[in-house]
Amino acid sequence: MFLLLEVTACVQRSIFLWLERPDKEQRDLLSRWTELGTDGPDLSQIRPVYAPKDFLDVIMALQNPNYNTGDSTGTYTLWGLVQLPLKLNDVNKLRLLYSDMAINQCQTGVDDVDIPPEMFDADRMKLGRKVITADHGPLAQEYAKKGCPISLRGDLWCQILGVIIDEFDVLYYEQLKSNVIAHDLLVDSLLYKDVKLTATNDDQYFVFEDFLYQILLPFTRDTDVLKHFGKNSASPPKSYIRGKLGDENFAVVYPPNGVIPFHGFAMYVAPLCYLYQEPVKLYYVFREIYTRYFFRLHSISSHPQGIVCLSLLFENLLQMHEAELFFHLKSVGCQPLRIAFKWLVRAFSGYLHSDQVLLLWDRVLAYNSLEILPVLAVSIFSFRKTNLLKVQSYNAAEAVLADLTTLQVIPLVQLSLFSK
Amino acid sequence: MSGKQTVRLKYACDQDKSVLINNFEARGWIPVGADDDWNFYWANVQSIRSVFSVDSGYRLQDDQVVNHFPNHMELTRKDLMVKNIKRYRKELDKDNNPLAEKDETGRFVHLDFIPQTYMLPADYNLFVEEFRKNPNTTWIMKPCGKARGIGIFLVNKLSQLKKWSRDSKTSNFVPPTSKDTYVISKYIDNPLLIGGKKFDLRLYVLVTSFRPLKCYMFKLGFCRFCTVKYNASMNELDNMFVHLTNVSIQKTGDDYNAVHGGKWTVQNLRLYLESTHGKEVTDKLFDEIDWQIVHSLKAVAGGISNDRHCYECYGYDIIIDDNLKPWLIEVNASPSLTSTTSSDRIMKYKLMNDVINIVIPPGEPPDVRWNKTVAKEHLGNFYVLYDEDLAQSDPITVDPKNKLGPGAMGARGIREPKGRPSPATWK
Repeated sequence: MFLLLEVTACVQRSIFLWLERPDKEQRDLLSRWTELGTDGPDLSQIRPVYAPKDFLDVIMALQNPNYNTGDSTGTYTLWGLVQLPLKLNDVNKLRLLYSDMAINQCQTGVDDVDIPPEMFDADRMKLGRKVITADHGPLAQEYAKKGCPISLRGDLWCQILGVIIDEFDVLYYEQLKSNVIAHDLLVDSLLYKDVKLTATNDDQYFVFEDFLYQILLPFTRDTDVLKHFGKNSASPPKSYIRGKLGDENFAVVYPPNGVIPFHGFAMYVAPLCYLYQEPVKLYYVFREIYTRYFFRLHSISSHPQGIVCLSLLFENLLQMHEAELFFHLKSVGCQPLRIAFKWLVRAFSGYLHSDQVLLLWDRVLAYNSLEILPVLAVSIFSFRKTNLLKVQSYNAAEAVLADLTTLQVIPLVQLSLFSK
Repeated sequence: MSGKQTVRLKYACDQDKSVLINNFEARGWIPVGADDDWNFYWANVQSIRSVFSVDSGYRLQDDQVVNHFPNHMELTRKDLMVKNIKRYRKELDKDNNPLAEKDETGRFVHLDFIPQTYMLPADYNLFVEEFRKNPNTTWIMKPCGKARGIGIFLVNKLSQLKKWSRDSKTSNFVPPTSKDTYVISKYIDNPLLIGGKKFDLRLYVLVTSFRPLKCYMFKLGFCRFCTVKYNASMNELDNMFVHLTNVSIQKTGDDYNAVHGGKWTVQNLRLYLESTHGKEVTDKLFDEIDWQIVHSLKAVAGGISNDRHCYECYGYDIIIDDNLKPWLIEVNASPSLTSTTSSDRIMKYKLMNDVINIVIPPGEPPDVRWNKTVAKEHLGNFYVLYDEDLAQSDPITVDPKNKLGPGAMGARGIREPKGRPSPATWK
C-alpha cells in the first residue's frame, strides 16, 4: 500500500519516524506550547501522505470478484464510481430516520432566524436549558434532533458524547502533552503541514491555529484511540524497531494512536474550536467524535456508515432523484462523486460556513448517523441543478460547486428529503 | 429594469479605489473634475477643507452631496473626541440625567467607554499625578494627527516622557501644533483574546445628519487579529506586532497571511462568543457597542456644523476586554477602502453601494432638502442605529429600536427577529 511506501521513503531519507528530543528542545517546546503556530519545523520536505482524491481512486478500484454486473443493459448497471452492491437505506427509510427534520417541524437553523422569537426560539431555549440540567445523554440527543441553539451547543454535545472532565482526564491530557514534548514524531510534521495548508488559510479557522496543534499533537500519542479499531475493519499501521524489520516481537503501532493523518485531517477539529475554549475539553470532545463517527470517513469498510456506503448512497440518491442531472454530468466527463467526495470525507468542514457545519454536526450526533452527509450533498447538487445542467466540462461543474459558504444546510436537507 | 429611471449623476472622486469606481460605473454615473458641477463628491479630508473654507467661495447646490462634515475632527481627532466626550458626560451629570449614574468608586456606570486619557503636553502634570498613584500600569501614546498606527508607542516609565515634561515646564507658552500633541491613554492590557491573539473591531457607521441625529450601522464589520500571540510582559512592549492591530502594521509581519488577511467577520465573532460565553452576555456586549457609538455621536452633535449637503461614513475602532466590556478607541473619518483580500473587496463594495443608496435614494436625483428618512429596502446591509426624528415623533412606536432619547428609561429591548441587538435595551 502506498502508505508503507511513503514511510520507507522517509527512512531512506533519514527522516526519523520517532526521535527523542534533547533537553533544550524540550524546554523550548514547553515554553512555546500555546503558540506552536509561529516558528514551526521546516516543512519543505514534507507533503501530505494522501488526499481525499487519492482515497477515492482506491475506492473506485474496489471490486467484488464474485459479482457479475451483467451486460451493459443489465439489471443493476451502476452509473457511478463505486462498483460495489452494498445494502443501503433508501429514501423512504431515510425519511423515517430523519422524520424530526420534516418541514412541518420547527428547526434550529431555519426557524430561529426569520420568525419572531416568541414562536419558536424562546421556547426552544427554555427547553434546552431544562435538558441540560437533566444531564442525561439520550435526552440531549433527542433534543438535538431539531438542532442546538448556539449558546447551549457546547454543553449538549458534551452530554451526548458522555464527556465529563475530571482530574484524571486532565492528568491524562498532561501526560500526552509531556509525551509530545519528550519525543518528536514524523507524524508531527505531517500534522503541521496539514494545519498550515488547510486551517491557517481558512478565514474562519485561522484564529485557532495554535489550538489545533495543542489538540492534534497529543492525539497522535493517545493509545486509547486504538480501541476504536475494534469497530473498524482496518488495522493500525505498524512499524518495526530499527534493524528488526519483520520481527513481530519488535513491532510497534505507529503512530501510537494508529491514525495516520491525511490532507485535511485538521479540519475535523477546526469547527469544534468555536465551542470550547479550554484545550482539555476540546481534546476529549474531539477524540470522542472521531472515535464514534469520523474514523469511518477515511477507512475502507462495508459498514453502512463507512465512506464506501456513504459514497454509494450519494450516487444512488442522485441517480434516483436527479437522473437527468447525473446523466448530463456523466456525459460531460464529470462523475458527481468526484466533486462530492471531498465534502463527505471532511464532513463538510471547511466547505460550509462554520455555523452551518455545526448545525450539520448537531444532526450527525443526534441521529447517530453520518447518512445526512450524502443527503446534503445530493441536495446541493439539486439546488444548483440549473447551472449544472449548462456545464460542458468537469472544471465548469467544479466551479459551480466551488463556493458553498452561502448555503443554509437545514432547509436544503428538508427540501431534499421531504418535498418530493 | 424596474421602470425607475436611472439618473446619470455626475461624480468627482479623490481616491482611485476600485470599490468606489465600480459602484459609480455600475450606476452609469459620469466622472467629472472636483471643480466642475458634480452631484456626488467623494473627497479626502484635505480637499474637504478647501470645499468648506471661507475664502474658497464654494457654495453647494441643493443637488450636491459631499462625504465629510466640515469639522468632523471634533469626533475624529483623538484629543477632540476625548474632550467632547468628557464634556458630554459632565453635562449629563450636572443635569442629574440617569445616564450619568455613577457607582461607588465614582466611575460612570453607563458612560465609561473611553479609557482614561490625558492630552500632552497640556495635561502633563495631571497625568504624572495619576501615574504616580498606579506606577505599574502601562499607557499608550498616540499622536493626535496621525493614522494607521504611525508613531504609537507604549509607556510604562515616566522617563519615556522626558520630552513632554520639559515642554510643560517652559515659561514661554508655545501653542502645540497638531503635529506635536499626543494623547496618552490607559492601555487596555487585558484584551479579550481568541486563539491567544489580540484583536479589535472595525465597525462602519454612516451618519447622514447630526441634528437630528441619524446614524446607521453596517452589519458586515470585521475583527482585525494580530499575527503574533498576545504577551503582556514588559519586554514585549516594543513589539508592535503583539499590540497594534492595524492592518498596515500587521501586513509587514512574517506570519501575515494574504488569504484571510487576519480578518474575521463580526458574525464569526458572535458565533464564537455565543458558543463559549452564552447568549445573554454576547447580546449585552453588542448592545453596549451600539450604545457607545450613539453616545459618542451625541457628544459631538452639538458642535458639528450640520451642513445638509454632508454625510460621513466613520470607521469605529473598538477593543473588547476580557470582561467582555467594549472600549471605544478611536473614530476614523476616512476608513481605508483598500482591499486586502477578496472577501474584503466584496464587503467594501457592498459598503459603498449601501452608503450611496442611503444618501441618494435610488432612482431620484439628490435633493438635500429631503427629510433623510431612509426606506427599509434601501438600507441594504445597514440597520438603523438611532434616528432622532423617528424617536421623537412617536414615543410609543412599535419598533423599540428607535425609542431612544435621554428620557427613555426602562425600555426593554425586544430582539429584532434577525438576532440584531436592539439599541433600546436599557439598564
